[in-house]
Amino acid sequence: MKRRVILFVALFSSFHLFAQLENIDLGHISGNVSLLWQQYNEDTLIGAQVPPEKAGFNAYGNLIYTRGNFSAGIRYESYLSPILGYPGRFKGTGIGYRYAQYTHQKFEITIGNFYDQFGSGMIFRTYEDRNLGYDNAMDGVRFIFRPYNGITLKGIYGHQRLDFDSRLINTDGIVRAADGEIFINDLIPALQEKKLKTTIGGSFVSKYQDGDIIEKDTLQLIVPNNVGAWAGRLNLQWKGLTAYGEYVHKINDPSADNGYTYRDGEALLVQLGYSRKGLGINVGGKMVDNMSYRSDRDLLLFDSPINYIPVITKQHTYNLAATLYPYATPLTGEASFMAEVFYKIPWGKYGTNVAMNFAAANNLDTTKYAGVDEQIYGFKRNSWGFGDTKYVRDFNVEVKQKFSKNFQLKLTYFYLEFNTTSTPVTTEFKGIVYADIAVAEFKYKLAKKHAIRGELQGLWTKQDRRDWATVLLEYTFSPHWFVSVLDQYNYSHPDPDRRIHYLFGTVGYINGSNRIALGYGKRREGIFCVGGVCRAVPASNGFEITVTSSF
Amino acid sequence: MKQLFFLLILALSATFVTAQNKVPNVQLKDIDGNTVNTKDLLNPDGPTVICFWATWCSPCKRELNNYAELYEDWQAETNVKIIAVSIDDQRSVSRVAPYINSVEWEYQVVLDPNSQFKRAMNVINVPHTFLIDKNGNIVWQHNNYADGDEDELHEQLQKLQ
Repeated sequence: MKRRVILFVALFSSFHLFAQLENIDLGHISGNVSLLWQQYNEDTLIGAQVPPEKAGFNAYGNLIYTRGNFSAGIRYESYLSPILGYPGRFKGTGIGYRYAQYTHQKFEITIGNFYDQFGSGMIFRTYEDRNLGYDNAMDGVRFIFRPYNGITLKGIYGHQRLDFDSRLINTDGIVRAADGEIFINDLIPALQEKKLKTTIGGSFVSKYQDGDIIEKDTLQLIVPNNVGAWAGRLNLQWKGLTAYGEYVHKINDPSADNGYTYRDGEALLVQLGYSRKGLGINVGGKMVDNMSYRSDRDLLLFDSPINYIPVITKQHTYNLAATLYPYATPLTGEASFMAEVFYKIPWGKYGTNVAMNFAAANNLDTTKYAGVDEQIYGFKRNSWGFGDTKYVRDFNVEVKQKFSKNFQLKLTYFYLEFNTTSTPVTTEFKGIVYADIAVAEFKYKLAKKHAIRGELQGLWTKQDRRDWATVLLEYTFSPHWFVSVLDQYNYSHPDPDRRIHYLFGTVGYINGSNRIALGYGKRREGIFCVGGVCRAVPASNGFEITVTSSF
Repeated sequence: MKQLFFLLILALSATFVTAQNKVPNVQLKDIDGNTVNTKDLLNPDGPTVICFWATWCSPCKRELNNYAELYEDWQAETNVKIIAVSIDDQRSVSRVAPYINSVEWEYQVVLDPNSQFKRAMNVINVPHTFLIDKNGNIVWQHNNYADGDEDELHEQLQKLQ
């Protein structure tokens, strides 16, 4: 009894105390949680296997504490065991990311993990994509200094994330990076209101990794322990016109990606654009030569890249176009360009939106060395142009028409030539796939909160697994419920037994920033690509639950 | 003593949780090439809606295209300002300006190519929409978009009047 009184008094006084403290800033906590659970059944037809655990579970929780200029955060991660298709070595549960950051006027200091990008990212980019299992976070110190309005200087020192085993595991390599950017219009007050906006930037990145000697036949080659790279960039904007250019150069960096050869790496990216109300035009070119750059020279795939190579093709959203033949820049290099037009035909009540896009990439124009030079340098590049091997041609045109407040139709056509040797997205065919893809998508609003959306997709090709059809139907009851059914059907696979329906159904409930979805069905084996790298995801069959929540 | 300690923690965390979250400050570029601080984007004279989207995200584009038709009415009624935050990275960031011009959005568009602001706002997937009152407090948020969700946002906007 006495204790209860004390407790009560304590409680009361604490409320009293906090009532007084109300005006004092104690800071804020925000965060999010996401869970993905998959259950696996055996399905020999699609090649789905059951791991011993019979289920996979990935979970993440982020917490950010902010008070004034100070913030700190952690990410708790669980892989018990990882979802199929994730790097299988991820395991356990623990803290995979933590940082503290302080900002004071011209300074910003971060210790612990952080993500950052210099320019286009072709020299330095750390980021995460949790859906893909991609995370190359830095772990160290970052210092940002803004001495004058318009000038940003960054210095970075640290290790890089590689793995997770109940805790964060970094590579041994040390990454050191500096970047400077000047936004001229802010720096020079007289130019502030001028229409021409100019930004220039430059970066230097260096990695250190201990290494000794590589033996190739009779050769003994010394491995460079420090590999430096530099980049310069320029961004101009004038009314509707934009121009962006960046050049990156990397010194010799023998690695698993380039067969331990000693050529320098180079990349050049140019993007030009024009747009005004109702019209947009974009052209771009990109040449990448030997620009794989990792904090550990022996790693491959998604593991610890320091930089990021943007892909020249458009990122497609329709299932067949996006997942069967997704292009990824080969790490040895490519020459590529793209062009794109957006136009709104101003007729009728709603007008018609048209978008056209074309991208092409080939190998580099190179000559192979002979003898010792081949072992040391591999090849030499003759020009910045196209070589003889076609990597990809991707033409697509999209027409969107709204007919009434409630009905809208979108038609898309794609023509694809895709080299499955340079981007190995299928094991069943090596060579060029020539494919036509057509998609019709409609959206119909049935009542105030009820809408139905459907997609009919076809892919026709004489190569690989031949023709596919996809049907997607989605019913939404705003703001809380959705139901969808997806069927992918490989209806003319050369082997009649493998003309399979991949049927997947989902039901979901959303409340504000909380979302829960239950799915069941078959998932085709596929390829996830990020930047220049792709990872295979095996086929599976079973239940799936996803939960996401932000607060 | 232990219990007292517990209570203290409880009371402390209660004050944390009840305190409404504000929009964190992150430095980004807008579509015209200017440097902007996310704190300065907020509308001091009315509510602000922040929508995270990308050129490759169909539901995001549906959401912002649907809001675009209602924007003028909403502005007249509630003085709302909509900010569209593109999380397109270098692969597609050059498509943002041509796209928004072709669909004629009137929003302020800012670029978040390395998802810095997205992470600071605890966004997991796009589309994700926030409603911020004129004092800078995040008062409502919604993940995903389905046709008709604009009615819910409209109701929330009216509540702030």
